[in-house]
Amino acid sequence: MEEILKINNLSKKFNDIVVLDNLSLSVKKGEVVVIVGPSGCGKSTFLRCINGLEDIDEGEVLLDGEKVSRNKKNLSKTRERIGMVFQSYDLFPHKNILQNITLAPIKVKKRKKADAEEEALKLLDRVGLLSKKDSYPRQLSGGQKQRVAIIRALIMHPEVLLLDEITAALDPEMVREVLDVVLSLAKEGRTMLIVTHEMAFARAVADRLIFLEGGKIVEEGSPAEFFDNPKTERLKSFLQTFSYE
Amino acid sequence: MGFEVLLKGNNFIRLLGGLGVALYISLISVAISIVFGIILGALMSLKNPVINAFSRVYLEIVRIMPQMVLLFIVYFGATKVLGINLSAEVSAVIVFSFWGIAEMSDLVRGALSGIDRIQYESSMALGMNTMQTYIHVIIPQIIRRLIPLSINLITRMIKTTSLVMMIGIVEVLKVGQQIIEANRKSSPNAAFGVFATIFLLYFLACYPISVLSKYLEKKWEN
Ligand SMILES: Nc1ncnc2c1ncn2[C@@H]1O[C@H](COP(=O)(O)OP(=O)(O)OP(=O)(O)O)[C@@H](O)[C@H]1O
Ligand SMILES: [Mg+2]
Repeated sequence: MEEILKINNLSKKFNDIVVLDNLSLSVKKGEVVVIVGPSGCGKSTFLRCINGLEDIDEGEVLLDGEKVSRNKKNLSKTRERIGMVFQSYDLFPHKNILQNITLAPIKVKKRKKADAEEEALKLLDRVGLLSKKDSYPRQLSGGQKQRVAIIRALIMHPEVLLLDEITAALDPEMVREVLDVVLSLAKEGRTMLIVTHEMAFARAVADRLIFLEGGKIVEEGSPAEFFDNPKTERLKSFLQTFSYE
Repeated sequence: MGFEVLLKGNNFIRLLGGLGVALYISLISVAISIVFGIILGALMSLKNPVINAFSRVYLEIVRIMPQMVLLFIVYFGATKVLGINLSAEVSAVIVFSFWGIAEMSDLVRGALSGIDRIQYESSMALGMNTMQTYIHVIIPQIIRRLIPLSINLITRMIKTTSLVMMIGIVEVLKVGQQIIEANRKSSPNAAFGVFATIFLLYFLACYPISVLSKYLEKKWEN
């Protein structure tokens, strides 16, 4: 399969502290890569570097073979092609759900309002939130907000979707409804880079897993290799923190 | 009760005219304060040390100085010391704007700093550029926070314009005093009638603004 996203020797420092250390990764079209690792290991920073929310110190990011330029204008263009959903609820509080979803397609992609709304309604229906189209974000539960955030990214037809711990701030009973949406996207063949602490979900959704620690990829592998047969001590002890044996 | 003096001649019209002067001065000052307050507030949130030092001193001066002292300084100072001939109205607008810009900029700075970084980032992540992010995401949120607060400022400014009679501007309070003086003999109770009417006029001028602010606050609460 063809390669859609390639990261070459990416390094990133915050005030001289190395957060990402010479990271390389290549993601194929339709592949779901899950990144796990201890808190502070640089997972969020990695995703943020990919869509240019953080500057990078060294290395390069290639999207569909083209180098992602860091100049402002091209960066907006790139971000249209890379969707991102964050951990905290990031809907626009002054816009209703339908407006939240259609803002970017109308303003950025210059689509007709009716056309964008039609697609938004379809997507809302798909995640079971059609009845909330006129509600405001404050009227939605955390799980509902995150589902809206996902389709707000989807309506831009991104080539790659970055999900950064999108269930970490949710009450446990809402985690499932959000992860189910992500699972269905994976089945559809979407290319995704997912950071999560939900190991059962990671196993179910991933084509490949990456264990990040100290800004480096310590181990990677298929779900079976990764969970059942971890090679490094590091990963073994990390996975142990999630089990209750 | 003293209300009868208002029916004499054109006394009531004069009173309204006085209120008009007060509103006129405050509205011009409010307009100036909003425009420049927003600019200064935006500059303050850039966290540039020079701008911050300047604005801190400015805000402190405005807070410490009674408006009346400022009025005297500008009106008499400019005319007598600098030899510039400022009319009382212009002096009043300068002083109220000086005060309003300070307060407004502080409100803007507060509203800006209250907007979470994630709002900028999620907007950018959708491919919106800086301009689009401000126009569609940040500024509407700032306006929603700002309007109730600035309406409060506006009503305070309208009330404070009564100070301008100290530099000879004939606004509503001054007209009221003149009417009371002129009718001291014939209507000894004029003071009550006149001030009660002035109270009502101020109320009529400020109440709708404050109702509007409450309404918007309710409508936009997050
Ligand atoms: N803007 C910043 N300025 C300085 N240091 C930062 C900044 N953002 C992140 N860091 C630091 O970089 C390191 C990596 O942070 P990052 O948020 O990428 O970790 P993470 O793996 O996503 O952690 P978590 O699982 O807790 O979300 C941390 O030590 C963090 O303190
Ligand atoms: Mg993180």
